[in-house]
Amino acid sequence: MPLIRFHKISRRYQMGSETIHALREVSLSIETGEYVAIMGPSGSGKSTLMNLIGCLDTPTSGEYELNGVQVSQMDDNQLAEVRNKEIGFIFQTFNLLPRSDALRNVELPLIYSGMPAEERRQVALEALTKVGLADRIHHRPNELSGGQRQRVAVARALVNRPSILLADEPTGNLDTKTGAEILALFSELSRQGNTLIVVTHEEDVAKHAHRILRIRDGLIASDEPAMQAPELRPEQPASAGAAAMAP
Amino acid sequence: MNVLTELKEGLAISWSAIRANKLRSVLTTLGIVIGIVTVTLMGTAIAGLNAAFMKAISTVGVDVLYVMRDDWSGPDTEAEWRRIQKRPRLTIEQAAALERDLTLASDVTPLNFDQRTIKFGKRSATGVQIVGSTDHLLQTGGISIADGRFLSAGDAEGGRPFCVIGSTVATNLFPHQSPLGQRIVIGQQPFEIIGVLEKQGDIFGQFDNQAIIPLRQMMEDFQHTHEIEIVEIKVKDVNNLDRAIEEVHNVMRRIRRLSPADPDDFSINQQEEILTKVHKITAIIGGIGLFITGLSLFVGGIGIMNIMFVSVTERTREIGIRKAIGAKQRTILLQFLIEAATICLIGGAIGLGIAWPLTLLLSTYMPASLSPVVVSLALFVSLLTGVVSGFVPAWRAARMNPVDALRNE
Repeated sequence: MPLIRFHKISRRYQMGSETIHALREVSLSIETGEYVAIMGPSGSGKSTLMNLIGCLDTPTSGEYELNGVQVSQMDDNQLAEVRNKEIGFIFQTFNLLPRSDALRNVELPLIYSGMPAEERRQVALEALTKVGLADRIHHRPNELSGGQRQRVAVARALVNRPSILLADEPTGNLDTKTGAEILALFSELSRQGNTLIVVTHEEDVAKHAHRILRIRDGLIASDEPAMQAPELRPEQPASAGAAAMAP
Repeated sequence: MNVLTELKEGLAISWSAIRANKLRSVLTTLGIVIGIVTVTLMGTAIAGLNAAFMKAISTVGVDVLYVMRDDWSGPDTEAEWRRIQKRPRLTIEQAAALERDLTLASDVTPLNFDQRTIKFGKRSATGVQIVGSTDHLLQTGGISIADGRFLSAGDAEGGRPFCVIGSTVATNLFPHQSPLGQRIVIGQQPFEIIGVLEKQGDIFGQFDNQAIIPLRQMMEDFQHTHEIEIVEIKVKDVNNLDRAIEEVHNVMRRIRRLSPADPDDFSINQQEEILTKVHKITAIIGGIGLFITGLSLFVGGIGIMNIMFVSVTERTREIGIRKAIGAKQRTILLQFLIEAATICLIGGAIGLGIAWPLTLLLSTYMPASLSPVVVSLALFVSLLTGVVSGFVPAWRAARMNPVDALRNE
């Protein structure tokens, strides 16, 4: 059973009298442990695709099965719960809460999932340690560098052990060196068995993935394995992931 | 996530939001502070007014009837009022007849009132209520003696120049010495003080600013008339009140020589009628007062609503982040409701802090106090203001579409 199964998903927007077909009957599957890049020019529908995968939006028609659960008909609150448990978001602009320190930002998904305070702190600390920010937990976002902020965002995305890490232009606001560090972190996370979906328009970013989906005019233009250096390939994704992410 | 955690989180979030916008929070809170101060003071004043009336009235027993020309339950129409004004007043002879004929009454006390200046040496007290009465007033008037004695039957009968003064008169005229045995001048006549009344305390202090002299003395020296204002009748057995009223009614009609067809040309009043009237008046005063002061709280509430709309708009992106991460509608709703409620509660608490010393000031004029009921009511009202005025903005936040909210810059 695939982790993500899109069956003839369409998304239309009404802009005044005009109907915009952002996605036209897209079908695709993504398996657990895959590292997928979604590429496409602006206006191609890649953001819409990402919003739908991330359960931020619902399709106009078609079916979306996530982890075997039909999510295309869910209401706002049910989707919130799915996002909380299944999706870890990493945004281009980090989207951290400015008035909260790193620890609290990472704790946030756990708060919404109802974890007791003690345990929450522990789990959040572990996540921050994993991204190498154990010594920055009480810094607010404006006291952190761009790379550090994105690491906090990654920690926040990881903390609830979601099925999917969904990154939207994760290196878009970072310099080349920091961007490379984040991509290395992604590769590491992929090696540990996490499912990663990265939306980008940069070939350099996309080539780190194992599979590249190209979107054009609301349709999948191509879907092929990425050309990548052999050393970046995961050796044994399933077992490595189980070891690294087991509770 | 359970409600308790949500409340705790909401409090933490709102506290940091309030602190992040200090000046704005202070200004917004000010509206609530002013509202709560005015409403609290008005509430306290009304409660004080009620308490004062109740205190003044409750010293007199329920078993006392007041026979007089006027009707305390009040004329409903102007015609009725005119009719009542034409009634003859009672006379001293009629009062004597009542005393002679009533079998169910223990005391019958005729009363007259006047206002005079009292002088003692160089000191004087103006606007003192002079009460002309008999020894029975001690039983019917709801008064007690603090010092000395009351008028005796002999004093009243003989019209001796003795008087009993209220506590205000006593402290005003005799700050450093005992008034007992002193001679004072009421109007032009000298009187010897034989007793001082217990302090009664009430809104304007008129019950303590009085002097009681024998009715006979008063009628001869000041009023030169046989008319009296009130006859107070104490009923022997309070359980027999209805029969006693009936008896007073019959005796009065006989004394007044009314034929069966004539309407009553007197009224038999009871305390209850005053109570009803007082309650009616205080309810009106209270209603108007609370409405006007409530307006200021309402304006404060509008301020809260306005600022919450601003807050929601400003934090659209934060709402988007929270929703993306898994906050449900209820969580977001609660977060902003708590923020509004917190601002209002803080405003309420500050308002009470300001109202408290003002109440103390007020309490020098009337029995006013910031009771726990008023305090909790004020806090409840401010909480309610927050929840009500915060609801629409919070609802708007809760219903935001996460995609649009995240796109917001």
